Amino acid sequence: MINKIVDGFAAALAGMKDGDTLLCGGFGAVGEAFALVEAVIETGARDLTVVCNNAGSGVVGVAALLKSGKARKLICSYPRSLDPTVIDELYARRAIEIELVPQGTLSERMRAAGAGIGGFFTRTGADTALAAGKELREIDGKLFVFEKPLPGDFALIKAHRGDRWGNLVYRKSARNFNPVMAMAGKVTVAQVDQLAELGALDPEAIATPGIFVDRVVLA
Amino acid sequence: MIPLTRRQMAWRCAQDLRDGQYVNLGIGMPTLVSDYLPPEREIVLHSENGILGMGGAPKPGEEDPDLINAGRGKTTLLPGGSFFHHNDSFLMIRGGHIDVSIMGAYEVSASGDLANWATDGDTRAPGVGGAMDLAAGAKEVRVLMEHNGKDGSKRIRERCTLPLTGKACVTRIYTNLAVLDVTEGGIVVREMVEGLDLAALQKLTEPRLILAKDWKKLTVPAL
Repeated sequence: MINKIVDGFAAALAGMKDGDTLLCGGFGAVGEAFALVEAVIETGARDLTVVCNNAGSGVVGVAALLKSGKARKLICSYPRSLDPTVIDELYARRAIEIELVPQGTLSERMRAAGAGIGGFFTRTGADTALAAGKELREIDGKLFVFEKPLPGDFALIKAHRGDRWGNLVYRKSARNFNPVMAMAGKVTVAQVDQLAELGALDPEAIATPGIFVDRVVLA
Repeated sequence: MIPLTRRQMAWRCAQDLRDGQYVNLGIGMPTLVSDYLPPEREIVLHSENGILGMGGAPKPGEEDPDLINAGRGKTTLLPGGSFFHHNDSFLMIRGGHIDVSIMGAYEVSASGDLANWATDGDTRAPGVGGAMDLAAGAKEVRVLMEHNGKDGSKRIRERCTLPLTGKACVTRIYTNLAVLDVTEGGIVVREMVEGLDLAALQKLTEPRLILAKDWKKLTVPAL
């Protein structure tokens, strides 16, 4: 019998170790697994690389993790927000390394990792400073930049409902990066608002099939 | 000469959007464009965080915590709207499926280069978001910006002095003084506010301006 539902965050994050890369879902404060991400602090894992579109909101979730000092590096597209106190303070004293990636490239790099693709050429950023040090190639008269896959040791994602097979349904714009991160995590953990009986989720509405999910935790 | 307000600039920009177009509005001033879409046209707004058919701000008490726009403000979904994940959202952008991207800018060059993600002397962590994807992938990029910086600096430049977001991507610029097109022959002035002439506008603009033969007065309602 398949049962990916785990009891509590310690079980959800079992196996996390120093130096791991964590893919953390969410856009702004929507679709972020706040409680699950905050539980990373308790694992004691250090020198983490956090991949997240933003740098967290207020002092919860990703912002709390960054504030804890457990993360060495942030890979993101837009670390600015209305309440960016944590990242601004860390950045001001250069206490964290930031790798800035255009938003679509960030998403596509994770898709490549999940899809077994060894990278891709994109027009995005090819003419800019963010292409520095990367391979450029002219294809059909246009300049492209080569971008590599971005896999995660863990993907920490948020969904609305999940079942014991790991099938997930999202809510409105809270879907955002979560499905692509689910594909790119070696261990994908989904924090859900509700657990559903197997068969209760509409198969036409399942945005992340359980094959991409290893653990489901209710919070 | 009375420059346009931010809302008047957004209104003017909205008038050029056509029935059936898929449009992405950037954060900041471009978001105001959604308030002035001509009601008789069906214009489908795309939001980078996975929404097509985005509506306006919700009524007080009807906000949904899971429904936000790219600027992270609460929004709504219109009938016919849909949700999708980030990869599909940026596939739409990079794959040339978005008809018009409207973005703010720090600088635009005579050849349509766009600089809108990094300034000099910025002490905060840099952010680029989806701007480079939009610059590279939208069928058309239109810019909505004040004609000059607060210090009077020129923002329509021969070449951009700030880091580029994309090259040769901007086709039209809406400022508080004029509507200008980026063409192979140079920057063409289509409309100017009352009381402004080409010589006065030229003093505020670095590249040589060309006045369109059929140029018009830039007129907007009081907003």
